Amino acid sequence: MSDQPILEVKGVTKTFGGILALNRVSFHVNEGEILGIIGPNGSGKTTLINCITAFIKMTSGKVFFRGKDISGKPAHKIADMGVTRTFQIMRPYYSLPAYKNLVIPLFSPRAKRTGGWRGGGKLGDRNTVGIDILEEIGFERDSFVPYKTASTLPTGYLKRLELARCLALKPEIILCDEVFSGLSMSEIASMVPLIERLQMDGIALVMIEHRLRELFRVARRIMVLNFGEKLIEGTPEEVMGDERVKEAYFGSAEEVEEDMSYA
Amino acid sequence: MEQRRKERIDRGIKVRTDGLYAVMSWRELSYLTLPRVVLIAGLLILPLVMPSMYWQRVISIVCIYSLLAISFDLLAHFVGLVSLGGALFIGVGGYLSAIMNTSFGFPPLLAIPIATLVGAGICTVLLLPCLPLRGVYFAIVSLMYPLAMTRVIEALDILGGTDGIMGIDSFPNRWIEQYFVILMVLLFLFGVRRLVNLDLGLVLRAVKDNDQAVRASGMSITFYKAVAVFISSAMGCLGGASIVHIYMWSGMSLFALDFSILPIAATVIGGAGTLVGPVLGCLILVPVSELLREFGTLRIVFYSVILVAFIVFRSEGIMVYGQRKYHQIERWVKV
Repeated sequence: MSDQPILEVKGVTKTFGGILALNRVSFHVNEGEILGIIGPNGSGKTTLINCITAFIKMTSGKVFFRGKDISGKPAHKIADMGVTRTFQIMRPYYSLPAYKNLVIPLFSPRAKRTGGWRGGGKLGDRNTVGIDILEEIGFERDSFVPYKTASTLPTGYLKRLELARCLALKPEIILCDEVFSGLSMSEIASMVPLIERLQMDGIALVMIEHRLRELFRVARRIMVLNFGEKLIEGTPEEVMGDERVKEAYFGSAEEVEEDMSYA
Repeated sequence: MEQRRKERIDRGIKVRTDGLYAVMSWRELSYLTLPRVVLIAGLLILPLVMPSMYWQRVISIVCIYSLLAISFDLLAHFVGLVSLGGALFIGVGGYLSAIMNTSFGFPPLLAIPIATLVGAGICTVLLLPCLPLRGVYFAIVSLMYPLAMTRVIEALDILGGTDGIMGIDSFPNRWIEQYFVILMVLLFLFGVRRLVNLDLGLVLRAVKDNDQAVRASGMSITFYKAVAVFISSAMGCLGGASIVHIYMWSGMSLFALDFSILPIAATVIGGAGTLVGPVLGCLILVPVSELLREFGTLRIVFYSVILVAFIVFRSEGIMVYGQRKYHQIERWVKV
């Protein structure tokens, strides 16, 4: 495998009217690596993923996937190349049963290409493959859960369904937007091995997270965003030891002292 | 005060026939097939029992509106595009078939399929610019085209101008005319019902449910919307192509708004999202509007009253109501 990063983001800037949501953010993701992105609320994490995957247009900047410029391509073309994403607010097809939700990505040109399969045959039709993927991601095959309408599924399963949609495309890299948020401790505990397995399968991951403890278990490199700017990048220990990061999360030392004096 | 609520339970026979085992008994088999057989047989017998040629003609018009209503139902309730383009589809299909028949001498049964496919292509291209957008744009643009077309034809005096194109061949005989349109309704009704449950149909339904997720799955929503528009405008163009050979005349009234509005009313009455419902709606609305013809201009008042009554008292539609009664037992139970 070459040293070329799988995803390289150079100087991405996004303005909403006069508000600078992202200010020249640059980073890269290596093959098979998990990169964590953290930052306080409103620091531009989700906007960054939206810009990379073209769900919103970036104002300026470039994104390279395996050295190929993908900025300016439409969202479905980017997903077609294997740069997939999950949504923070889950977007299942609520009226369809869970396994039918996967028929849609399995119908995509990429799935037809990468699977070497067009439905039917030895692997079974799309329904069967869908249930296989769901089982892989933690839906119990023999229970009724995969057959339930998505609108009746609890958050934990919907988050998995988001990941399953990406997996159906046989992705090269998954940009996960808060897959742990809204889950109970036990649900998170069962998600972590799943993430580790994805990495072992050679899929690179970018994970936006607020659950730092779980994130640091899987990600060895962390990037911190604050007010749309990249503060620092490094190992979890380096990042959490940094003054600026503490400041971003807890306010500056002087402010804290001031607050204390009021108390 | 004792509170009671209505409990609905699926009939045992429905639960049993949901799975693979419906072929186990005649009773269950007939439970499944009876509604379909009644519909197919009913439509096929209908022309034979009509009292006069006038009413036979009404049946043909019912079928043409049915095609439009199925096309509306498909677009609105399975793809999420509210279409007011019935008049556009009818007009494009009708004029194409008329031109092919009068200028190139194609017989009706050859001109109609060509007009259907070419017309669907033209309509899809015309509507393509508003497909990437969400919201009311599709409805507005599809409403605008027929209005614009009539003005263009009037102003430029093309395609026969205000007189229309005359001297179009009719179907070989009236029975062929009748059964052609009836068979087309049945074909498209069952075809579209099959389509929406295919994998392609699931993608179309997904576009309605959550278009962003479809994009994230690596598929172009514009492309799949265009596929759906092609299919449903083909149905409309088929109706239009048939109607010019029934009337033996093609004119600006093909772009009349009736063709856009009545299918929507029929869908409301028949039951949205059922595909059969809109056909039933047309079977009721078109003859009613003929019966009310005696009242002259008062007709539209009665018509509106019927519509409003339906919307107020049975907004779910006949078909949804009927399906519920057929499949479920209802009873009052204590809360």
